[in-house]
Amino acid sequence: MMDFLTNDLLLLSDSAVRNAIPLLLACLAGLYSERAGIFDIGLEGKMLVAAFAAGAFSAIAGMPAYDGGWEMGAWSVWIGLGAAIIASTIFSMIHAFASITLRGNQLISGVAINFFAAGITVLIGQHWFRMGGQTPQLREGQRFEPISLPFAESLKDVPIVGDIYYQLISGHNIIVYFGFIIVALTWWVLYRTRFGLRMRAVGENPGAVDTAGISVVKLRYSALIITGILCGLAGAYLSLGTAAAGFGKDMTAGRGFIALAALIFAKWKPISAMGATLLFGMLEAIGNKYQTLDLGFVVLPGQFMQALPYILTVVILAGFVGKAIPPKAGGEPYVKER
Amino acid sequence: MNKNLPKWVDLGLIPLLTLLLAFAVSGLVVLSIGQDPVEVVQVMIKGAFNPFGIGHTLYFTTSFIFTGLAVAVAFHARLFNIGGEGQAGIAGVGVALVMLSYDWPHWSIALLVGTLAALAFGAAWAAIPAYLQAKRGSHIVITTIMFNLIATAIIGYLVVGPMQGEGSQPQSERFPASASLPDFHEIFGWFGLEFAKHAPANISFFIALVAALLVWILIWKTRLGYEMRAFGHSEKAAVYAGISPLKITMIAMLISGALSGLMAVNTVQGEAERLLLGSVEGAGFIGIAVALMGRSHPVGVLLAAFLFGILTQGGAELQFELGIPAQMITVIQALIIMFTGSLENLVRMPMEKIFIRAGKGATS
Repeated sequence: MMDFLTNDLLLLSDSAVRNAIPLLLACLAGLYSERAGIFDIGLEGKMLVAAFAAGAFSAIAGMPAYDGGWEMGAWSVWIGLGAAIIASTIFSMIHAFASITLRGNQLISGVAINFFAAGITVLIGQHWFRMGGQTPQLREGQRFEPISLPFAESLKDVPIVGDIYYQLISGHNIIVYFGFIIVALTWWVLYRTRFGLRMRAVGENPGAVDTAGISVVKLRYSALIITGILCGLAGAYLSLGTAAAGFGKDMTAGRGFIALAALIFAKWKPISAMGATLLFGMLEAIGNKYQTLDLGFVVLPGQFMQALPYILTVVILAGFVGKAIPPKAGGEPYVKER
Repeated sequence: MNKNLPKWVDLGLIPLLTLLLAFAVSGLVVLSIGQDPVEVVQVMIKGAFNPFGIGHTLYFTTSFIFTGLAVAVAFHARLFNIGGEGQAGIAGVGVALVMLSYDWPHWSIALLVGTLAALAFGAAWAAIPAYLQAKRGSHIVITTIMFNLIATAIIGYLVVGPMQGEGSQPQSERFPASASLPDFHEIFGWFGLEFAKHAPANISFFIALVAALLVWILIWKTRLGYEMRAFGHSEKAAVYAGISPLKITMIAMLISGALSGLMAVNTVQGEAERLLLGSVEGAGFIGIAVALMGRSHPVGVLLAAFLFGILTQGGAELQFELGIPAQMITVIQALIIMFTGSLENLVRMPMEKIFIRAGKGATS
């Protein structure tokens, strides 16, 4: 039993955290957008383009000059991160322009963005690197390395607490820790700042916000800039912070949709978003570790674990377990009254 | 639909301009990857229309007619069915089940049974999201996305599990030879006409044409179609007129799912003749672009589906001839969805300004 706890459970939890981080960042990205009243089913596309930009620019920045690189050494990874944030934010602004300024259909815009990202990343990747849409394998300095927290080595042998500290808490890269900080930050912004209050209001009743003399357009654009930045982080994590060490085509593999599911599951709340994405990360970890899951009375195939987040979301959406009530003005373009 | 705009502007000029914009930006993308847009267009047209290529073009067109009609029917009731991908996938499972369970004596019977299975399974996969939308207010866009992903998992399980055929490939057993549908070579042969051998276009193309006609009759010539359009126009007014939201939502989505499902007759029964892992290949999503471009009108859908058939087949040729990845088509598709869908007002707003001002000038 002790072995199970220390080995299996800790290892599972450790990979759950790793799996959860891109989901968490994308989920929080969606939270800003949807809380401001803009549906965003384009999280997947923004993450994908960010993952590509991160992989491509980190690779180019770290390449030797005779290969056309910039020889930036350890700075490369930060160039990659910056490129990811810029690329994702540009996509977010296309969505903003379509949804806010042109009052177009937000769902259709999201669909288009997902496809555009899926196509353009491979086209440009192939044009730049000729590797079938992949980016070159990233080396040291071009990717985020695990950080060993203080005392992790010396506490390693302390039973339980040491194990947890060494295996689960220490040894992740900077984006992981940053992700958890952003949860707290988002909570604070949303519930303790004027911007957060206004943003929540604009998602529920933009007319009231407008009457108070605050610009609905400006608020919504600001929210979508944050969405772009966070999706950028999520995408950068995939290519710079995981074992993949580079971009591969369609590498988001539906994570944008799981993040969307987590957002609904979490009822558009930041702390719950963390819980939901950790849960979904754990499901993914279990699905990866066990081909089939024998529960004694029933044997579940691995694909069931893969589908579980989606099934749970449908159940939550159906309101059989709690009720998920989205921001009221979501999806509706705001037309100023005259 | 805008009453102040002349019909030819609303249904002719604006779609044309948005399409041109989408193509112009696609041209820029082609330039940005160091290719010549003129050469790309030439290769695509040659690839799509040569005697062998046209058989592929029409094969893709068939699938897109089905998925395009599916999205269009739902659009009329203001329901956005993104679930075509999953509905067509599950319909493929249905087709495979009936084909593998019995050796049907003649292709015509196999076609009938396959069609019924595709209709039923496609509709069934749309039924749950429809019910949840109508009864529990769960957003249909999110539930259909989730159902696409669940369908992928189910099919992934089936082709390596209970339905896996011999060998280690993730696919089912091959259907019996009697289930094989006549392809264009055979059909044209009945009338003494020539058509390239071994092209995948098959008899389900004609089912697609019939489906388009039936959808036209349904939407514009029946009471049900009128109710669907009324509901799509204004739910409140429709309820006031005694139209049941539950009934319309359910029926529109069942028809939509069934139409998506029919695609499986073309791909699973007509071409692959077995259940494969990714037999839908994004056709469910292309249906969104087709419906948007075709203004949800069956004639528009036919034309748009043909355009996407050309793009898909021509795009495959791009890879052979110029080494441009097939994702070029995904980009064009995305741009068409963007410009004819979410960015349409980019063209519409200036048009309204021009024509409403001109209209006022004429009447005053």
